[in-house]
Amino acid sequence: MRRQYWRDFAKGIWEQNPVFKQLLGMCPVLAVTNTALNGLSMGLATAFVLISSSIIVSIIKGFIPRQVRIPSYIVIIATFVTVADLVLAALFPEISRALGAYVPLIVVNCLILSRQESFASDHPTHRAFLDALGMSAGFTFALLVLSSVREILGVGELFGFPVTMGLFRDWGVMILPAGAFLSLGVLIGLANYTTHKLGWES
Amino acid sequence: MSKEMVLQTAPHLPAEDSTPKVMFSVILALIPALLAATYFFGYRALLVVTTCVLSAIVTELVFLYLRGKNLVLTDGSAILTGLLLGLTLPVRIHLSLAALGSIIAIALGKQIFGGLGHNIFNPALVGRAFLQASYPVLMTTWIAPLEHWTDNALAATTTATPLAETVEAGYRELFLGNIGGSLGETSALALLAGGLFLILLGNIDWRIPLSFLTSTAVVGGLLHLYNPGHPDPLTHLLSGGLMLGAFFMATDMVTTPITSIGSWIFGLGCGTLVVIIRLFGGQPGGVMYAILLMNAFTPIIDRYTRPSPFGEEGN
Repeated sequence: MRRQYWRDFAKGIWEQNPVFKQLLGMCPVLAVTNTALNGLSMGLATAFVLISSSIIVSIIKGFIPRQVRIPSYIVIIATFVTVADLVLAALFPEISRALGAYVPLIVVNCLILSRQESFASDHPTHRAFLDALGMSAGFTFALLVLSSVREILGVGELFGFPVTMGLFRDWGVMILPAGAFLSLGVLIGLANYTTHKLGWES
Repeated sequence: MSKEMVLQTAPHLPAEDSTPKVMFSVILALIPALLAATYFFGYRALLVVTTCVLSAIVTELVFLYLRGKNLVLTDGSAILTGLLLGLTLPVRIHLSLAALGSIIAIALGKQIFGGLGHNIFNPALVGRAFLQASYPVLMTTWIAPLEHWTDNALAATTTATPLAETVEAGYRELFLGNIGGSLGETSALALLAGGLFLILLGNIDWRIPLSFLTSTAVVGGLLHLYNPGHPDPLTHLLSGGLMLGAFFMATDMVTTPITSIGSWIFGLGCGTLVVIIRLFGGQPGGVMYAILLMNAFTPIIDRYTRPSPFGEEGN
């Protein structure tokens, strides 16, 4: 049983990583990962919405008629997105400005909806929580890696601190949209390569 | 099993033309342009091109090793990619950036897709697009030609290309290459000579350069008639990277359509896009973006121009 709980949590971190393996929620992944701080903030905001929604959905799953389950999920998700949006705007106005429209857009992040539909709606609450926690960790990890790579190569900084010591000229393209596609593609390639080489495929 | 089985993709036609033969004749055809670049911009031009070629070769070897392939360069494609990339760079570019462009060209432009024959975009142009997006200022700092022969070679003045600014350059200067610009883009004469050589050898498809240049002239001419403030067709034809693009980049066998109708469509699309990007786009490098965009359309062009097999109902 304990092993089962561990699986629920751990699968989202690598084996079914939302970004590197499932390619879900690409819109925020590509759009706001130009600096590590933005990437981390978006990851945490999404994590808050995903975990809260999964808990609520798994609690009230018995009361939702099957025909209207998707609209119900959207309403629940939108509630938490509103909370996240307002909290960010009140406490971290600069991050809120940097993320712009992408915080409200968490509501249509397919990662969140897919976890409700495929896991939270037919599992008990504690397992839904573990699943959401694992997926959130995987998503935040992926965003952090991607945005760190882009910030280091693009402007030579990490979380705003200079790290390259002027050893190479910044690749301006990395903080442009094209850099998002380039680095995401290379990272997915590396993720598949390591999985394949280390025999982590299940 | 001592000898490794080599699998190649269709079509399996016995032909005298082999990949190395085509590649090396293209390299040979680029020699006039390289000489012209050296004449107009000095020996640093050779240095830039050599850097690009060497880093392309090293990157190719590293990737072949990582992918567990034979470490052979006999197909010459890496050398050609480096050479083409070098010819699109300005002479003053830092050598480390030239090498970076070359590494990106081979790594992200070609090997990531599975090597020669599997790439979607022209590798040299991928490298140049990367540099253009990363260092827009450095990539468009041209120096006036021939100043390296004078004493104040280091103080060579920067100048704009005829397209970027309203610099009045005569057709003769444009044709010979006595203008500011990237290394291999200035001398239309040298490029034309190399291009005609390749067409005579039958190594490149004449349809693409012809339709590319014609459509550039026609679309450019129409817009010139509509608004005489726009450059006239001859200036369009002779300036920028058009000749280099039309003869050496838009004719890359891997990234362009294989059907003859497809080739016409490809050239037409390139020419139209070049004029549109040059006149209404915000960035220099119209030829580069035009060819890259049409590269992306190549699979769909091939799909819709597929000839119907003999005996079947045409569509």
